[in-house]
Amino acid sequence: MTTRLGWAPYALLLPSALFLAVFFATPMVQAFGLALQQPDGSIGFASVQRMLGDASFSGALLTTLALVVLVIPVQFVLAMSMALVINARLKGQGMWLYVYALPLGISELAAGIVWVSIFTQSGWLNSILMGLGVTDRPITWQSAETPFLLIACIVIAEAWRATSIIMIILVAGLQSIPREFMEAADVYGATNWQKIRRVVLPMLRPSLQVALILRTILAFQVFATVIALAGRGLYVLAGEAQRWATDIDNDNVAAAYAGLILLMSLISTVLFLVLLPTREEHQA
Amino acid sequence: MRTTNRSRRWRLPAVVAAVALAISACGPADGPDATGDGAGEVVMVSSQLVPTAEQELMNNEILADFAGSVEFVGLDAGPFNDQIRAQEESGEGEISVIGGLDGEFSSFAADDLLTDLSDVAEDLADLGINETYLEFGKLGTDQQLYIPWMQATYVMAARTEALAYLPDGADINDLTWEQLTEWGANIEAETGERRLGFPAGEDGLLHRFFQGYAYPAFTGGVNTTFTSPEAVEMWNWLADTWQYVNPQSTTYGFMQEPLQSGEVWVAWDHTARLIQALENQPDDIVAFPVPSGPEGKAYMPVVAGLAIPKSAPNVEGAKDLIRYLLSAETQATTLGAVSFFPVIESELPDVGPGLQAEIDAVEAQLNADDALPAYLPVGLGEQGGAYSQVFRDVFQAVVMDGGDAAEALAAQLPNLQAVFEASGAPCWPPDPESDGPCQAQ
Repeated sequence: MTTRLGWAPYALLLPSALFLAVFFATPMVQAFGLALQQPDGSIGFASVQRMLGDASFSGALLTTLALVVLVIPVQFVLAMSMALVINARLKGQGMWLYVYALPLGISELAAGIVWVSIFTQSGWLNSILMGLGVTDRPITWQSAETPFLLIACIVIAEAWRATSIIMIILVAGLQSIPREFMEAADVYGATNWQKIRRVVLPMLRPSLQVALILRTILAFQVFATVIALAGRGLYVLAGEAQRWATDIDNDNVAAAYAGLILLMSLISTVLFLVLLPTREEHQA
Repeated sequence: MRTTNRSRRWRLPAVVAAVALAISACGPADGPDATGDGAGEVVMVSSQLVPTAEQELMNNEILADFAGSVEFVGLDAGPFNDQIRAQEESGEGEISVIGGLDGEFSSFAADDLLTDLSDVAEDLADLGINETYLEFGKLGTDQQLYIPWMQATYVMAARTEALAYLPDGADINDLTWEQLTEWGANIEAETGERRLGFPAGEDGLLHRFFQGYAYPAFTGGVNTTFTSPEAVEMWNWLADTWQYVNPQSTTYGFMQEPLQSGEVWVAWDHTARLIQALENQPDDIVAFPVPSGPEGKAYMPVVAGLAIPKSAPNVEGAKDLIRYLLSAETQATTLGAVSFFPVIESELPDVGPGLQAEIDAVEAQLNADDALPAYLPVGLGEQGGAYSQVFRDVFQAVVMDGGDAAEALAAQLPNLQAVFEASGAPCWPPDPESDGPCQAQ
């Protein structure tokens, strides 16, 4: 087959490869280069060391990791149930799709601000809680003095904002499972839970892998939601990169932070590829 | 691969279309509008009026009557510095007018980036521009390197329901910082809520509180008294007061919102960031001068100015814009729109009760017997952000994380000194003048 096509496939791939090389690979190499320089022009690890020695580094790293570890399982369970609802083609299915996809149309910061109006001391959540009599004094959800509450707020906001992306990938994956498998499972008398565990999930592996990788990479970059809800009460890696670039005017340490985010994204991608291999027979 | 007659027919039109597209993409680049009416197009880059709402007001109200078109660009400290210096390095650019602070201009002037504006100053002589600020504008030379544009400061505001909890015998216009703590404690004891507020959020100006209010009021200096025993006392006072401060303060950038919603009852912030609260709820929110410390009623006057870089493409238009911004009508519009005060001698226009309350508080601060002006940093250039970061880090370590003040200050002192070594900036008032880089202690 390949001998007949000769060099044509590679020639057709060339424009995309060039595009990636110019607009992705080159800036990436330059960014790593920035991280290995200092403002005075010397080369070395001083900027990286500055990042590691910064008082807020460990807090930023831990908070980012905590958010990734907390948000992703929540989102996957949610997205899976949402995808199953869509796929079940219930009455009014079209409306469900629109409702679920609504948060996709809002920017990260706008979503953060919406949740601020809910979580702020004089906001909707406290008004509802006080109206229901659950509490007689407003609770401060966004206080830096109760970081766990603050992280919970961010997890909720992120779950609302970004689950739709995963849901759409899973819906596409669900729809590619042939009906015959589900009908065969019915014939063999499988319960709904057995159907999901034995038929749906294994066949959904490629989509799950794609969705996990995508969402994890985006989760390491969490930024605007934290700024909106926590302000200076919590540090995350992307926020630190921005602070070093614009406030402190040190692009090298900012590049070091960005490089760290990239490294963590790469490691997690490789981990998912290794831990969730997609075998031939699982592909429909 | 054989081509059929049909596919060959499309080849020529496809090639023609591709070539036409390519040619149209390589059209002449847009140059500055030299044929505009009056002043033409002027690009103004400013480190002031950066928040979106303020930029909107600048474009829609303040610049509305200018003959010519202005592209107003508000930039944060880092990009502001980078853009202007990049333009100077390349020798040509788009920026014709720079709006900035005295400290920012002094580092541009040190690298000889600014044009002499003595002719503009002469034109504006009968407006009665504040003499002191005009003198600042010379930056120690005999050239007028920037023209003062507008001024602001930071005051305090309170909801009227808080007034019932003032300490006994306290006069709201003549408080001490300790009385403020007592006030917060009274509110917390009676209502169970922490109702003091500071802008400790992402965009908040808390670092100016340390540099212009807390440090000078407690220690009489800023950089030369950085680790002094009085400074330790000040940080301990702030840590103590923070138990009466709304913990959501780390999310507040502008105190006017929490004041209006009632989350905060007593707040400190920039005049431009309190004005909406004072204007929207004039019967419920009052403004008052900041409290005094052991060394006096320290306050930070913010003087913004206008300069023209040497590489400006439209110098005439730039001078027209400066004359326009300094005119009595525009100064009055600026006051009404963004709550930055005029620098010219003029009858202040009739203003609403909110703005009047602010004007009264500012004047009370300026004219107090123990008034102690503490100026914005001068000459730090691109180290401005790093300088403020030092104070934020001490705040985080001592007030938020509960650390020891003396230790935190000692740990940050090298970072502070590094800022002065890197920028070469000498000390500024209230610290005594220094020869060469300021020596932080």
